Amino acid sequence: MRTRVVEISVGGFMLTGILALILLALNVSGLKVSDSGSSYRVLARFENIGGLAPRAKVTLSGVQIGQVKSIEIDERMLMAVVAMDINSSVDYLSRDSSAQILTAGLLGEQYIGITPGADDEMLEDGDALENTQSALVLENLVSKFLFNKVSE
Amino acid sequence: MLDRLQALGHIGLEGLSALGRSGSLLAHVLIARPRPMVMFPLLLKQIYFVGVLSLVIILVSGTFIGMVLGLQGYTILVSYGSEQAVGQMVALSLVRELGPVVTALLFAGRAGSALTAEIGLMKATEQLSSLEMIGVDPYRRIIAPRFWAGFICLPILAAIFSTVGVWGGALVSIDWLGIYEGSFWANMQQSVDFYDDVLNGLIKSVVFGFVVTWVAVYQGYDCVPTSEGISQATTRTVVYASLWVLGLDFILTALMFGDF
Repeated sequence: MRTRVVEISVGGFMLTGILALILLALNVSGLKVSDSGSSYRVLARFENIGGLAPRAKVTLSGVQIGQVKSIEIDERMLMAVVAMDINSSVDYLSRDSSAQILTAGLLGEQYIGITPGADDEMLEDGDALENTQSALVLENLVSKFLFNKVSE
Repeated sequence: MLDRLQALGHIGLEGLSALGRSGSLLAHVLIARPRPMVMFPLLLKQIYFVGVLSLVIILVSGTFIGMVLGLQGYTILVSYGSEQAVGQMVALSLVRELGPVVTALLFAGRAGSALTAEIGLMKATEQLSSLEMIGVDPYRRIIAPRFWAGFICLPILAAIFSTVGVWGGALVSIDWLGIYEGSFWANMQQSVDFYDDVLNGLIKSVVFGFVVTWVAVYQGYDCVPTSEGISQATTRTVVYASLWVLGLDFILTALMFGDF
């Protein structure tokens, strides 16, 4: 009887531990099980990516449809090349869609917003977005503002 | 002058021989051929003593540390107008640092000291020698189950600690301080990565479990078999284990999260 109590409580203990780990994985780190493999790659060139980082979200009308995979520099054009993984369920983005680097809140993290275009052909794996708008860099904004003030 | 030099040499030799003894103890434990039918019930009983009975202190301290983190993070972040980031702060500091480290410290105090005292008393009352006399290997019968139990329990306890802490932080920030629930969890999930943060924290707690139980078992096995010796060994377990945990934590953090 005594051994039974010990064994049951040890079993419960280990189960709690595994449960805690699963909770940490799914709820805290937002790990998704079903997401792998079902996405397509789209590239976009930006003049300035600001504080964009890998794993930042890619949104359409504010809804997340993918995430930034990698950021590299194009040595020939001297621009940043951002590779995004977009969920394959989102297959209705036209080829002339534009990408924009946005900021969540005043000082929040940066993410990419996609604005759909009007073309009949849809984006496919490996395509590149032509219309892009760079990140808002606060220093540039301030210096522009000051310059205008002085010239007035 | 020569006396001083001799004293220094004595300390050095003592340290080296202690290192050797603890190393040979560890080797015995690791090499000890497991006999599943004998080992399993012993291991189960030790997991019960070391893990299940530590649950209460882990749950309570985890909740309170999570709540304090939420409260402190809020008062700092609110002055930058970014109080939604409190979820991110609570989760990252718990999963990466506080979960493994505080659990290991509590574990050293709650379970490590008990292990040392138990083994030390067995040695003082010559139970270990009598086991050897009747042909039972004390390493296999006494030391190994306790070592493996600690090694298994600490990661589980650390995972429970982090989870409960995140829950405590959510309780304070969402229900009490009124942070919007959606941005609390979204910020957290955005910034916490499963492999970089959760798994690295787990690796940390595995290392800590190894070190803390090693120190505890060694101090018990190596203690001077008197009541005074046992009390000193118990103290040493808590002190050495805590120092090892804190020192190793810095090294592991530098290796995992540093840029080299």
